[in-house]
Amino acid sequence: MLSHLPILQVILPLLGAPACLILGRGKLAWLFALLVSALSFCVAAILLTTVYNHGVISYALGGWQAPWGIEYRIDLLNAWLLVIVSASSTISLLAAQSSISTEISLEKQGLFYVAWLLCLAGLLGILATGDAFNVFVFLEISSLSTYTLISLGPNRKSLWAAFRYLIMGTIGATFILIGIGLMYIMTGTLNMQDLAQRLPSAGESSTVFAAYAFILVGISLKLALFPLHLWLPNAYSQAPSIVTSFLAASATKVALYLLIRFTYTIFPSEFSQFVVPLADIFVALGVLAVFSASIVAIYQEEIKRAIAYSSIAQIGYMVIGLGIGGVLGLQATLIHVFNHALMKATLFMALAAIAARIGATTLTSMQGLGRKMPWTSFGFVVGGLSLIGVPLTAGFISKWYLVSAAALTGRWPLVFLILLGSLIAIVYIWRVVEALYFKPAADNSPVKEAPIAMLLALWLLVLGNVYFGIDTRLPVSISSEAATALVEGRP
Amino acid sequence: MNTTSLIDVAILTPLIAIVGVLAFSRKPNMREAVSLIAGVILLLVNLKLYSSFNQGEALSRHWLEILPGLNLSFRVDALGLLFGLVASLLWPVTTLYAIGYMRGHNEDHQTRFYVCFAIAIAAVMAIAYAENLFTLFVFYEVLSLCTYPLVTHTGTEKAKQGGRVYLGILMGTSIAFFLPAIIVTWLVAGSLDFQQGGIFPEQTPIALLSLLLVLFVFGVAKAAVMPFHRWLPAAMVAPTPVSALLHAVAVVKAGVFSLIKILVFIFGLDTLQEIPATDYLLYLAGAGVVLASLVALRQDNLKARLAYSTISQLGYITLGALLAVESGVMGSAMHIATHALGKITLFFCAGAILVASHKSEISSMTGLGRSMPITMAAFFIASLSIIGLPPTAGTWSKWWLLTATLETDHLILMAVLILSSLLNIAYLLPIPLRAFFPGKQADAQATAIHEAPPAALIAICATASACVLLFFFPNPLFELVSQIFTEGTP
Amino acid sequence: MTLLLSHYNYWVVVTLMMIGFFIVIAQGNLVKKLVGLNIFQTSVFILYISSGKVTGGSAPILQDGITSYSNPLPHVLILTAIVVGIATTALGLALVIRIKKAYGTIEESEIQQRDHTC
Repeated sequence: MLSHLPILQVILPLLGAPACLILGRGKLAWLFALLVSALSFCVAAILLTTVYNHGVISYALGGWQAPWGIEYRIDLLNAWLLVIVSASSTISLLAAQSSISTEISLEKQGLFYVAWLLCLAGLLGILATGDAFNVFVFLEISSLSTYTLISLGPNRKSLWAAFRYLIMGTIGATFILIGIGLMYIMTGTLNMQDLAQRLPSAGESSTVFAAYAFILVGISLKLALFPLHLWLPNAYSQAPSIVTSFLAASATKVALYLLIRFTYTIFPSEFSQFVVPLADIFVALGVLAVFSASIVAIYQEEIKRAIAYSSIAQIGYMVIGLGIGGVLGLQATLIHVFNHALMKATLFMALAAIAARIGATTLTSMQGLGRKMPWTSFGFVVGGLSLIGVPLTAGFISKWYLVSAAALTGRWPLVFLILLGSLIAIVYIWRVVEALYFKPAADNSPVKEAPIAMLLALWLLVLGNVYFGIDTRLPVSISSEAATALVEGRP
Repeated sequence: MNTTSLIDVAILTPLIAIVGVLAFSRKPNMREAVSLIAGVILLLVNLKLYSSFNQGEALSRHWLEILPGLNLSFRVDALGLLFGLVASLLWPVTTLYAIGYMRGHNEDHQTRFYVCFAIAIAAVMAIAYAENLFTLFVFYEVLSLCTYPLVTHTGTEKAKQGGRVYLGILMGTSIAFFLPAIIVTWLVAGSLDFQQGGIFPEQTPIALLSLLLVLFVFGVAKAAVMPFHRWLPAAMVAPTPVSALLHAVAVVKAGVFSLIKILVFIFGLDTLQEIPATDYLLYLAGAGVVLASLVALRQDNLKARLAYSTISQLGYITLGALLAVESGVMGSAMHIATHALGKITLFFCAGAILVASHKSEISSMTGLGRSMPITMAAFFIASLSIIGLPPTAGTWSKWWLLTATLETDHLILMAVLILSSLLNIAYLLPIPLRAFFPGKQADAQATAIHEAPPAALIAICATASACVLLFFFPNPLFELVSQIFTEGTP
Repeated sequence: MTLLLSHYNYWVVVTLMMIGFFIVIAQGNLVKKLVGLNIFQTSVFILYISSGKVTGGSAPILQDGITSYSNPLPHVLILTAIVVGIATTALGLALVIRIKKAYGTIEESEIQQRDHTC
């Protein structure tokens, strides 16, 4: 049983989805989906501890040995992300029923959970698999279900956002498919480990180079890396609130994982060091993302949209970490992946709670909510502080590592740009804080505090933000070992 | 009870008080009693720490390790005790005053007020006893955040504007300057612990040290070194007890305290003397002292005038520490205490005048001495202390500061200090003098005005008499500051 | 010229890909966009399938006397990709129907106009 955990991780939600369909609508489906997601989380946690203690797990699907069969390969990097994704899914699901009961009609609620579990299966699959083509398949599973989830949003704009995301996402996925195809043509293998061994001998042929370029661009599209980010604000702001909370914490992280996997494990290091000045490109794009997106976020009236733009900025930070490179830079990125999942889930969860009660998340509609929904509002504040990077919150740890990495590699201007970026974050977070606490409510209609399930989920996340800002052993030790393994294990 | 755990008690007492304050949020009497009792307990705890420290006990406390090598830990030293004592002495006094003021003014959100107040004091305690720069930074930020609701308390457009400037400058500088300076220090020195003689290795390039010094001096914007002083006048929109505690004790003193700690225990005085940037910063601080005094002279709003006066006085402290001699640092440390007592009295008086007569402009206070004699007398005493005239405590700190400028041959700076003291006379003394001797104008106006609420009056008298007492009995203060350089030496 | 002829399959792929990509970007009609997307994906399918061809090789069915087979793996892969492509198209078309119901149009410019006016 234990040896089959890697496949169980993916199969659970994949089989859970049709089962959910049979269960029908409403609460039962919700409970079932929650259970499945919680089980996935348990599996991920066991996998992480196993990998941490005993090293890499390799699982041959159907007993066919790699490189002929499909291999599921769990190392610290993907075990870490498996935990992040399954945890954020579970916490979001906890609040899902209360949130969608106001946003999605009853007969579609069962289908909502089906799409959710499929999306989860896709995301976990991308992470778990050690096979390049499998990545594409799972990427499409997660993408298709994401389009569905987004299109279930409360008004017609969500349809348009989903369609645009579908076009962009499919182009991105097809780019990745082209890249994988070209790699296969050159090496005759699809197994990631095998690819890593054979690609150097394929040399610096233009085909491998083209494969590299296609894959990078494709992933960047899914990652919403500046300037390929245009789909994200629409998709996030139009999706059902709780879906945003889930996607923000997981989907882009998975794309980032792919970026790390392809640049560090699969392609030879000369590629990202000499052939393409990837480090500089990453840093430049990251800085541009931080500033352009943060500044746009300041001018958003719709707060969900503002926080979505902030996500683009935060992706910028992660990519900066990748660009800095080395163990430290990579570690900074991996820590930020985790912390960002925490804080974005918190912020979107708080917004979901607000949307559930007042039906909107515009700045004016949120005025004076600090008194009417004290717990939700305070949760938003903590999430915001974490985003800014105030000490004793998770965000501070990210910032500390990122700045240290930049300083140690002598990139002084970058240090200031990173910190300047968080100053802009103060501005867009503080607009909301002021509206919540220091502006009189537009109307005096009574507003109840958020439903208890949402509060529970929100405060789990809030406490997580604080806890991982104080006790940092878990993310720091895992990210440090994962980063070391990646850098040293480079071909 | 173990004396080292008293450090925890000092930090946690205000936090525990919050629970009481929240529990009694609908019963004002109970709520304020909880605040007062917590204040008294905190004072006792600090006094106990003081006596243990005097008996030579080493008091330190390790909380937890946040990142490898970065600890939240605390240690009692002379400078910290000084700051901790001043803050814990003034908290109950301010609470007493706040009770009178807030009720007299019928302010909203009083529970939020007391809660944030208590968090601020807890943060101050943690800053005072921080063992390393990291701990200090963490609570420095906590202090900025929890005082923001206090500044914006009234929620008017002006208050929000002030709050934005306040938080913007304090958070902005601390993230953009302070934090990178700390991280670089950490990378260069491998430690952030405060140590006698500094922590930088000898071969650290001077240019880097200069850069760090500049980053630190501007990064600790709570010390209000020009040009990052704008937050202080902006924060004057806060209710007066807040201004009193924040701008006489907690926030600004946390700023200069941090600065002294950094200069003495991170750089070390010897290193500091070798850094060329020190001189430039000295003259910048000196210029700030005079400029702020000049600006204060032109303010008609009493609180604004006091705010600029604070900026100028903070300049003294920064300047004293930057002189990089022991007498300078001791003068600065003493000035933390004496200025706190003097300035809080002045703010109390300003608030009392506002509550009793609804006047905030200096020009309208002529003749007020007849209806509010006690308030105005206290104002007079406190003014003397700020100026540095006997028989008030301010004399001593100015004395040491002047000695230090002589010792280092900075005659220009000495002139600056004297000039500024003259300016102090010009902008402070006329207020009580005109109040008592209005001359021919307007005799009849003051009949309807009575003295401030009794709770406020008690507070005012307490701090004003402390100003005088400290002149006659300065020995404990002397002894404490003279230990800054002796204790902890290996 | 030999390069052109010996790699003609790639030229087909590139041409198809660019046609598809162009349609996706240039066309305002959502259905046409989906058609373009399909052409774009199909070009990739052809890339895979043609890469599996071994010169002189036979279909990969075990038979006596035949030693050289084409590589079947790309074909299998692309079967999966085709399924994915169909699913994408189906979902896209479903979205178009819903958009038509909600907006009354399937022209990109008109949709954006209607979003801004309300």
